[in-house]
Amino acid sequence: MVIGSARDIVEECGVPRFLFVDFPLGNPCGKPWDVTMQQALICEAFDLLEKSWQPRTTVQAPFAWTADENDLWRNRYMHVDDSNREALAEAGRKRREQQRQTKQQINKKSSE
Amino acid sequence: MPERLTHRTFVSYIDKSREYYAAQGYTQPYQWVYHKEVPFNMLSKPLSDCTVGVVTTATLPAHWQSLPEGESRPQKRPYAESSYPVPEALYTKDLEWDKDTTHTDDLDTYLPLKRLKELQHSGQIGKVSPRYYGAPTTYSQRQTRESDAPVIFKWCEEDGVDIAILVPL
Repeated sequence: MVIGSARDIVEECGVPRFLFVDFPLGNPCGKPWDVTMQQALICEAFDLLEKSWQPRTTVQAPFAWTADENDLWRNRYMHVDDSNREALAEAGRKRREQQRQTKQQINKKSSE
Repeated sequence: MPERLTHRTFVSYIDKSREYYAAQGYTQPYQWVYHKEVPFNMLSKPLSDCTVGVVTTATLPAHWQSLPEGESRPQKRPYAESSYPVPEALYTKDLEWDKDTTHTDDLDTYLPLKRLKELQHSGQIGKVSPRYYGAPTTYSQRQTRESDAPVIFKWCEEDGVDIAILVPL
């Protein structure tokens, strides 16, 4: 079974059982240092394991990242708008140039 | 009173990552895997008799030390490490978790070995596998399917794992 926070990726892939934890990516087994929540989540996972009877079964864990359902983190992740479009384009150009140079170095070493 | 929404609440990472990398000039969107058939097995014995293993997508800190000259990242290969004791930390900086909102300093948030050992101690599960398993993120579906997954499956079989919990970061 999968415990994770990227619901669309896991469900499109198709897994036997999926405990979906609607948190920002990084802490699918519970909030940092929150042992009580982490214990509850792992128990939810085993509950799902025992009770599911067919593949592609998803259960959403009953926890929210913040008490007021603040959606700031949902909107902020990989956000694209006019304020950062140019910077992203430049970052992409630099990355492709770096990858091109790395490939050149590897090809050079292979031919030596 | 139920809420009304015009958009889904959970984040669509497939859409977000496609738009994000398109903004960086990557014109070929990543093709996410989709399986028509998904395997499924019921538990064949009580949970209290089961051995549970954990699979992570994080790498070992040691993999990032002593990198060959000119290399900025290690070759990503599956690994299996002892669950006893629980490691202090794994390496996650190269992964795409939400670094603006949270952190991965608490290993238990993505490698729940301590929580599993508590359940072993209370008798709810049989035992924690002697090893945990790493399938470092490579975005190569072929490597994952044809190379990494069979190796991790073999290790799980060697360790008598009945239940594998995959926790992708």
